[in-house]
Amino acid sequence: MWVVYTLNGLYFAALLFLISLGLNIILGVMGILNLAHGSLYAIGAFIAAWVIIAIGMKVPVFFLYVTLLSGLVLAGIVGFLMEKSLIRFMYKRTLEYQLLLTFGALMLLEDVIKMIWGGQAYYASAPFDLLGKVEIWGHIYPIYFLFVMVVALMAGLFIWLFMSRTKLGIMLRAISLDREMATGLGLDINRLSTFAFVLGSGLAGLAGALVVPTTPALLGFGHEPLILGFIVVVVGGLGSLKGALVGSLLVGFTRSFGIAVFPEIELPLLFLIAGIILVVKPEGLFGR
Amino acid sequence: MLAIDNLKKHFGFVKAVDDVSLNIEEGEIVSIIGTNGAGKTTLVNLISGYIKPDSGRILFFDKDITYASPYVRIKLGVGRSFQLIQLFGGITVLDNVRTALFSKYGMIRRGLLSADRYSSVTEEAIKILDNFNMSDKKNLTPKGLSEGDLKILDIAIAFALKSKLLLLDEPTSGVATSDKFKVMDSIVSAIKKEGISTLIIEHDMDIVSGYSDRVVVMHEGRIMAQGKPDEIMENKEVKATVFGIVS
Amino acid sequence: MIFIALLFIPRILSIHDLMLFEYGITFAIVGLGFNLLLGYTGLLSFGHGAYFAAGAYSVAMIAKYLPQAYSLEILIPAALFFSLVLSIIFGFVCVRHTKIFFSILALSLSMLLYALLFKLYHITGGSDGLRVTLPTLFGMSFKGIRRPEFLSGTYYYFLLGMFSVSFLVMKGIVSSPFGKALQAIRDNEVRAELIGIRVRRYRLYAFMISGMFVGLGGALWTFVNGHVTADLSHWVFSGEIVYMTLLGGFGIFEGPIIGAMIFTYLKLYAMGNTQYWMFVIGATLIVLVLILPNGVAGAVSSLWTKIKLKSD
Repeated sequence: MWVVYTLNGLYFAALLFLISLGLNIILGVMGILNLAHGSLYAIGAFIAAWVIIAIGMKVPVFFLYVTLLSGLVLAGIVGFLMEKSLIRFMYKRTLEYQLLLTFGALMLLEDVIKMIWGGQAYYASAPFDLLGKVEIWGHIYPIYFLFVMVVALMAGLFIWLFMSRTKLGIMLRAISLDREMATGLGLDINRLSTFAFVLGSGLAGLAGALVVPTTPALLGFGHEPLILGFIVVVVGGLGSLKGALVGSLLVGFTRSFGIAVFPEIELPLLFLIAGIILVVKPEGLFGR
Repeated sequence: MLAIDNLKKHFGFVKAVDDVSLNIEEGEIVSIIGTNGAGKTTLVNLISGYIKPDSGRILFFDKDITYASPYVRIKLGVGRSFQLIQLFGGITVLDNVRTALFSKYGMIRRGLLSADRYSSVTEEAIKILDNFNMSDKKNLTPKGLSEGDLKILDIAIAFALKSKLLLLDEPTSGVATSDKFKVMDSIVSAIKKEGISTLIIEHDMDIVSGYSDRVVVMHEGRIMAQGKPDEIMENKEVKATVFGIVS
Repeated sequence: MIFIALLFIPRILSIHDLMLFEYGITFAIVGLGFNLLLGYTGLLSFGHGAYFAAGAYSVAMIAKYLPQAYSLEILIPAALFFSLVLSIIFGFVCVRHTKIFFSILALSLSMLLYALLFKLYHITGGSDGLRVTLPTLFGMSFKGIRRPEFLSGTYYYFLLGMFSVSFLVMKGIVSSPFGKALQAIRDNEVRAELIGIRVRRYRLYAFMISGMFVGLGGALWTFVNGHVTADLSHWVFSGEIVYMTLLGGFGIFEGPIIGAMIFTYLKLYAMGNTQYWMFVIGATLIVLVLILPNGVAGAVSSLWTKIKLKSD
């Protein structure tokens, strides 16, 4: 069974990685902690579920998986709207106002989801079922989970290459290291910040979309992933890609093994481990 | 009362402070001058405890504080002000000073009676503000003060800590030239009244010659010369390196 | 003057309005405590629902497991005790960190409590929660009386008394040397450390005191509500606490009190008129932050200052 637990751990880690990567990009480049990040995750989930249900069997199987990208796209769009209407007022303000504003956005979006999709659960298990299962070391394991891990890995690689090799990525990193200096260098902070916010939001939406074939989309969907995402950021260190990776693996494995051993203990155990790490290194494992 | 022996601090190749020895007597006002990067601020950081030296000793009233934390040094009586004003913007001028006094006397645990009821501390705070000619502004918040007043308040807070040694990092920077002497007058008269030793980093030579008992010239991490203000002003080497005057 | 007027409230208001008023008062106590941490120490916690829950569940658990001790003179100290213990533990973890981490941890820890309250339903009643019946007070029993009568009678004066005590104690705290030290920490933590204030330690003290006040509010609230659930520790509820404080204005001592009263009515109005009350709260929160960052009390106060200046 250890094989299954380990694989589950990697699966959870994959999802958390996408979520915390998004949080870290926004936090790193803009210095803003987006409390509504979980709402974007939820929006990604609902949209993907809705699209899959709507077009479902009418398209070739390949496209079914492409529809999962709809989660990324819509979350990105919502992120764009959020940034343009709200976030840009927050740069000059203190942290408290940023948190309050994004908290207001969270409550607002929660009800927007309710308005659009109502209160029922959306099941869209087709992508999960279609992939079937495979045998690994004597255990049957759903291929879809492996698919998610691959997608997360690809996304991670893409972001890493983007940040280190492309001009746009380097500019984003410059801003995250020293905002004032970056302005001095003539970088268009506003447009780049919008871009960072959209990118981070899109990643959250992608995570939500990927989860939907395994779990129905429900109200309050985004709350737990957000908390876990925060823990990953705190443990891994603010604004660190490596930290997001290691933190996600840590949280993912704790979750997987914790649930297997004693379900109630999962969250407290997680906090305990996070607490110990923070006592030793308050900035997080790879934090500045 | 402050004895610095062979202090060294290198940052990689940069010899920020290179074998500096210096003594400061009680009640003395000593100014440190020198070009940018000469090591003045590093020296002050070493004395106040922000950074620790690579080698050497710092004795304060014969106590070895070379590696002591800033907190310990404050308690012993080493106070400092900063180039960038560091005030408590949300409370009154009176409270800025009074809170420092409460902290000094170990009274900040007292949580039930209004601060105004502590009359002796309050009176002392007003007296300090008086010394700096600021007591009429005691109920204003820093938002309503001029740049010069903010500087004075900054130093008044350090003052309230009953420091025996005050380290002032460019006390008149950012102050309008017309106000500089007024600010320094307030500061120096308060200092002289209490007999506090002071180390001032300054660029303005008028200020330096007007208020210092002794001037120390630093260059490339070392002390190049020291003496009375007029002696230093006439020193050829000093004139060439610090002022760029070649005769 | 205002206090005397408050004594007559039960005669003026209907039972329903009185209950609403009492909700407002319990949240006013919560707001006073919360604002010590936010307005005076500069720390924003989205996890104070945890201490509210601690106070509330102390009452509910004693009701269930120690009915012989179910008396206000025991319940109130118990609530204070448990919320103090919880705030020491959680606070110790949180204050060691910078502001962003602080907010994340405060939030996460309250959700940890939420998860525990939710999952351990054998003990806590889970999402169904626990019922809270009428307690005794110094031997006075209220058996046979229905809740509305209890609330409009003895309990109202008890509540008013608790509020008055809280008000006076908090007033004393914020104007004391301790209160000044907290404000110094809020304004400039580096300089505060440099004048000899142990910033971490004093932040923890502020955290503890605010936790106790919030827990007291929570305990007093249970008798009005009659029922406690795990939601009290959820961050949405914590967000409401933040919202009321902001609404009233966290720069003025009385701000949170005003905010608590307004919010109680606002929430009821919103919930009564639409199922999308979170949208209303969220939208108004955003508008508040952008337009009235000093809250209602702050706006009124600046308006008052402007009027005074004009007439001079």
